[in-house]
Amino acid sequence: MTYFLQQLINGLQLGFVYALIALGYTMVYGIVRLINFAHGDVFMVGAYLGFFALASWGLPFPLAIVVAMVGCAALGVFIERVAYKPLRNAPRISALITAMGVSLFIENFTNLNFVFGPTPRAFPRPFAVRTFGLGGVEITNVQLIVFGVAILLMVGLSLFVGRTRTGRAMRAVSQDRDTARLMGINVDTVISITFGIGSALAGAGGVLYGIAYPQIQPMMGIMPGLKAFVAAVLGGIGIIPGAMLGSLIMGVVETFTSAYVSSTLRDAVAFGILILVLLVRPTGLLGKSHSDKV
Amino acid sequence: MRRAMAVVAAVVLLAGTGCQESETVKVGVVAPLTGDVMTFGESMRNGALMAFEEANAAGGVGGRLLQVMVRDDANEPGRAAEAGRELVEQEAVVAVLGSVSTECTLPLADICQAAGVPLVVPASTNPKVTVAPDGARRVCVFRACFTDSFQGAVAAKFARGALDARTAAVLFNSSDEYSRGLAGFFRDAFVAAGGQVPVFESYAAGEEDFRAQLEFARVQAADVLFLPDYYSRVARVVRQARELGLRTTLLGGDGWDSPEMPEQAGDAILGGYFTNHFSPDEPRPEVKEWVNRYKSKYGEPPDALATLGHDAALLLVEALRRAPQSKPAEVCVALAATSDFQGVSGAISFDEHGNAVKNVVIAQYRADGVRFVTTERP
Repeated sequence: MTYFLQQLINGLQLGFVYALIALGYTMVYGIVRLINFAHGDVFMVGAYLGFFALASWGLPFPLAIVVAMVGCAALGVFIERVAYKPLRNAPRISALITAMGVSLFIENFTNLNFVFGPTPRAFPRPFAVRTFGLGGVEITNVQLIVFGVAILLMVGLSLFVGRTRTGRAMRAVSQDRDTARLMGINVDTVISITFGIGSALAGAGGVLYGIAYPQIQPMMGIMPGLKAFVAAVLGGIGIIPGAMLGSLIMGVVETFTSAYVSSTLRDAVAFGILILVLLVRPTGLLGKSHSDKV
Repeated sequence: MRRAMAVVAAVVLLAGTGCQESETVKVGVVAPLTGDVMTFGESMRNGALMAFEEANAAGGVGGRLLQVMVRDDANEPGRAAEAGRELVEQEAVVAVLGSVSTECTLPLADICQAAGVPLVVPASTNPKVTVAPDGARRVCVFRACFTDSFQGAVAAKFARGALDARTAAVLFNSSDEYSRGLAGFFRDAFVAAGGQVPVFESYAAGEEDFRAQLEFARVQAADVLFLPDYYSRVARVVRQARELGLRTTLLGGDGWDSPEMPEQAGDAILGGYFTNHFSPDEPRPEVKEWVNRYKSKYGEPPDALATLGHDAALLLVEALRRAPQSKPAEVCVALAATSDFQGVSGAISFDEHGNAVKNVVIAQYRADGVRFVTTERP
């Protein structure tokens, strides 16, 4: 039982980091129907911004998260304006290919020696790691911080989308862009805000990832990005609570696969879930099936 | 007839100018100077350059100076292949030295073997380096180090004997040829020596969470935890292991040897044993002399990679001296004839697969640095 609980905590830690990335995927998809493949790389840039904030500028940890979030929000809006906005009315496949291009560009550009460089860097821990025993289960302060910050941001996001005027505008655009525009909503601004918020969450995710797994390099966003994408599909892409649920399930399933089956099957199971969901329930766990407008 | 004469004359002239241009003997070096095993590449390059410079100071080979071209592969197989092609096809080097990781050396071995250019491998330990997938020996590829079957067997023997371990947990990188190979060789040797391996788990490249596997190793309470991977990932694994409260004796391979290891792993690595090619405090006079020589040039003691780079370069220089025309094919033959060559890391002879046969050093990470424990043979 202790073993089970311990592995559950390990799985939740992974799941919360996935969740912060998956939220960005799902929000952007919900509004512009685009899988933003560059999202995992925005997450990587967030980790580097956090690294510079802590290691080079000596900022305290909460401020490092803010720096990463603001920087990534700006990057997300910039990417949207430069790469996706000109393609707003192009076929969806064009935007998808552009997203892959942006992703490859960010990875390889930051891999250059005068940007971040290919050499991995040790992410500084602004505090010592402490382990707490809870009835035989061990939990570290790093895990508690990951849980705490992730939950806080998710609650904040839910309130923002559910309770504010901008949030209502976002929901309206996601339901029907043209009608929303007729109602006087500035669709372009709403889309930019969506990219900004999604990217800010990924930036925070990058910093949390950095303190949980303290080494960063320019290709670090690829795998978590893919896993978070699967998580978003699992929960129902475009649905915010679905992304959270899907991510926690992904983290726990991956960990339990390693714990009880075999670690070599870990990724096979993760991507097997994607295939299974697409076959059995393409709209995801929380998705409602609806026929597309013609 | 006259035209034929002219062609012959032109060919002779061209050949003549060719001779004059090759006043120097071109040698290529491929090493990971950036990326996750950067310290390996830097050390190897430093050691090799030192040997080449010393050879040039002593008059070069056969009256001609060595011209060394260094290329970075960033520990990416694609970059290694690119560098190898450029050196062999465009620069027409006589021989290539490199690389560090098996993943990068394999494409180099293919390219050099196809072009008939000798490749001296300083430090890639996977058996596949000198033997092609179809089982044929790559006759142009030689290495200055032992293989993973050799070091895996030594690590298993040390764990069963000196550490008196009955059970071992193995956690390896399933995306890496070196890690996969060494994990398997260790397991086989450990089981053959009467031990048990209840945990044989892996992680993939790009995965950063090892907690599930480590927690499994913890509840299985194995006597040793064998981690055959390169230092930067091992550092992350052992940190998470200690955070989970796993206190098992750690054991690893030559991928552990880096000045970055204690910095990245902190206290988590202390007490860990690993098999290696060389230890600067091994009590042999050749080692002392080499350590001093290296220190006076680079300001720090040489690690295994620097020593292997140096030994590999010396092997090559010595073979070049026995190949008066400095033609690649001739150098291959000269390398194959090497016998009982006295390198710093030990006497080197090649077995039928072009692998060096020599002793394995066992070293330990302690608070005051890496310390020599013993030398072993399987």
